[in-house]
Amino acid sequence: MNSIAYRAEQTFAAPHAHGGGGVGRTMFLVQAALVPATLFGFWLYGWPAFFLWSITLASALVCEFMCLRLMGRANAKQTLFDGSALLTGWLLAMTLPPWSPWWIGALGAFIAIVIGKQVFGGLGQNVFNPAMVARVALLISFPLQLTTWVTPLPLTAATAPGFLDGLRITLGELPLPDAMTSASLLGYAKTELSRGADLFGAFAAEAAPRLSWLGTRPGSLGESAAPLILLGGLFLLALRAIRWHAPLGVLVGVLLPAVLAHSIAPGKFLGAEAHLFSGALLLGAFFIATDYVTSPNTDTGQFIFGLGVGLLTWIIRTLGGYPEGVAFAILFMNAMTPILDRYLRPRILGRTRSGAPLQSVAIPEKKG
Amino acid sequence: MGLMERFFGFSWGVHPEDHKRPAADVPARHMPMPEHLYISLAQHLGAPALPAALVGQRVRKGELLAHPQGPVSAAIHAPTSGVIVAIGEIPAPHPSGLPVLAVTLAADGLDAWTDLEPCADPFALDPEEINHRVAQAGVVGMGGATFPSALKLSGSKKAGVATLILNGGECEPYLSCDDRLMRDAAADIVDGIRIMLHATGAREALVGIEENKPEAILSMREAAAAFGEVRVCPVPARYPMGSEKQLALVLTGKEIPAGRLPADIGVVVHNVGTAKAVSEAIRLGRPLITRLLTVNGSMVNAPGNILAPVGALVEDVLRFAGGLAGTPTRLVMGGPMMGLSLPHPRVPVVKGTSGILALSAAEAAESAPAPCIRCASCVRACPVGLLPLEMARHIAAEDLEGAVDLGLKDCIACGCCAYVCPARIPLVQYFGHAKGSLAAEERARMRTEATRKMAEARKTRLEAEAREKAEAAARRKAERAAKAALEKAKAEAEAASSQTASQDAPQTTPQAAQTEGSSAS
Repeated sequence: MNSIAYRAEQTFAAPHAHGGGGVGRTMFLVQAALVPATLFGFWLYGWPAFFLWSITLASALVCEFMCLRLMGRANAKQTLFDGSALLTGWLLAMTLPPWSPWWIGALGAFIAIVIGKQVFGGLGQNVFNPAMVARVALLISFPLQLTTWVTPLPLTAATAPGFLDGLRITLGELPLPDAMTSASLLGYAKTELSRGADLFGAFAAEAAPRLSWLGTRPGSLGESAAPLILLGGLFLLALRAIRWHAPLGVLVGVLLPAVLAHSIAPGKFLGAEAHLFSGALLLGAFFIATDYVTSPNTDTGQFIFGLGVGLLTWIIRTLGGYPEGVAFAILFMNAMTPILDRYLRPRILGRTRSGAPLQSVAIPEKKG
Repeated sequence: MGLMERFFGFSWGVHPEDHKRPAADVPARHMPMPEHLYISLAQHLGAPALPAALVGQRVRKGELLAHPQGPVSAAIHAPTSGVIVAIGEIPAPHPSGLPVLAVTLAADGLDAWTDLEPCADPFALDPEEINHRVAQAGVVGMGGATFPSALKLSGSKKAGVATLILNGGECEPYLSCDDRLMRDAAADIVDGIRIMLHATGAREALVGIEENKPEAILSMREAAAAFGEVRVCPVPARYPMGSEKQLALVLTGKEIPAGRLPADIGVVVHNVGTAKAVSEAIRLGRPLITRLLTVNGSMVNAPGNILAPVGALVEDVLRFAGGLAGTPTRLVMGGPMMGLSLPHPRVPVVKGTSGILALSAAEAAESAPAPCIRCASCVRACPVGLLPLEMARHIAAEDLEGAVDLGLKDCIACGCCAYVCPARIPLVQYFGHAKGSLAAEERARMRTEATRKMAEARKTRLEAEAREKAEAAARRKAERAAKAALEKAKAEAEAASSQTASQDAPQTTPQAAQTEGSSAS
């Protein structure tokens, strides 16, 4: 065959090659990284945790679909399954008390997808992380439901609720037994400190929540399995789906003041370990602060962004009214992102940081 | 290079799969002369050349077909002997497919050279004479930018450039013509380099070759061994290493200030293919009428490098290369990162054609663009340090000024951003569109400015004319009034003397002067 039959209907701008990868791949990787922690959470908190998770994700997809339909987006199907709505729902579910009633998950997904994302114009346009918007809106609107933590009751335990009882719990038909509910470590410390007690006494008490590396303690899915969350974060780092700058910033931002304050007044300030494995810190550091859409463009910007998240988290946890501050800190730093982007632009080749052309190098004298 | 870059390697550019072999390892093939050549008159940077031959004229190989026109332009010669059958418009080798003026030459099959002016000892020639001969030979930058080489040589001499950088980077995937040239004609290239050193007065020449071309490095090292002033410097394989700014930075550690020429840091950059063309132009007196180009891509039956005459149709070259294995998704002139997508293969090879690629759908990786997720992959890939995502956002909102503030004019259109974009946003197209719109705006502004100036000048001229006329009329009126007064005085004097003259006469004369004055104005 020796013919040269070619006639382009349209010509294209360069480049005529691509490095591969796509938006869907990144979303898929992040979800894959959440799987171990999620499965562990299902085991730890039983069927209600699974139902809440399913409802939150399904609601996120439904809300996304409705928005795309109402806006008349041409490629609604492709956008719906690019994984972004699913991921938002998943991240939100990771931060909710696992035995919350179904409407917490559904409402949360609605707030995240519709108010947190689609009203801004959809994927890539939102200023604030949708999952954190929903989490904060729920926390402020329904403080009771959002602070009702249950002690772990593994699926394999004899007293664990079965499939139907689990469904009843999620549907709000079965009241939670009082013995099951418990304060989280941060909440307990906050309450005790505000009573004027010091932490030595507080944690010496029988009922005090214990820090557990394995996660067998009250908390959300994303809190309990801190080591698995960390593992997922390292997986994403290794696959270059995320960069190390923002997570490192968050960790430094929390640990530095925590270590300092704790070493000065151990009775008044929680130590580094308690901060690190409590609340949504690791989830926030590796999965939320690294959200492309709402974090700065440059590596330096991302580090400063992370540092801000960490510092604010520590300040809110230590000095604020709420025991936990990751979501607030992230929303605050989301608002700072455009400013960071404005002032932390990379230096353009051949220009100074301020944008002026570099000085010409003095040319050596002519060859004689 | 900053401290961070020392520790973490290159922070710019991309590392695409190079697809250079097996094409690079196949010996270069000579393409037989096609029956017709279509020699574009605009195949260099600057003004198109002015035809110097007539339709029906018989020309010999190497004879001048078109003169350079204006300060930046290049001469064009006949790639073979034959008869000029037309001088007219043909489709340009450009995505637009718009017409370009070209000389159509029917080859006579003799391939008979015209009288050439060889030179046994180029180093005895005056640098100006070398520049003159290079200009006469129509040599342009062979890397693809096709800037007239003689202008670059004389400019370097004036600027007192100390270092000549030879670009053997060939960082574009698929292309291997420079690689092949360095393997096969290293001695000619080194000779050309030495002639260019002589012409520019530069003290040393650094030949930058990417590490993925070990054969070329070896061959060039051997050829340059006898000449201490020519150093072969392997550089990391990283796209866009072959960009002037990047290569100069890697080889000298100096940055070319934005908006300035490499001469500002005492260097000038030429392609290795240009060095060979200079050597041939000076030693043999041969003008630039052929070029080595790579035919590659998975839809090509027999990829390799082909020495083709300027003016051969892409179709002819592909046919000689063994034809296509099927219909390609894209036909590209140049490399995949910066090359031009061709509307059809009936366009001619020009001096700057480094390759012809027939790409399959998988290679071209066409995909519908998705929304930007601000992942900033483009920011890390940009070799110039721009924020492609922000620039595109401003351009999409038709805020071109905002894009310029972000550094749009520093964009080298290398394509790294679009290459890494997970959302497949055609960023280069955005920037090309913006640059084009800005250029059009600038032209429109200059035109308006010129029109305004002309209108103002006309107004001033008319006003001046009116003023002059009014003054002239006033002068005449005054003169007449004076005359009338004189006459009246005379008449009065006469009347006084005679006492018999009519009383009407003194009144009529000034009235007549008044009428005459108003009709003149």
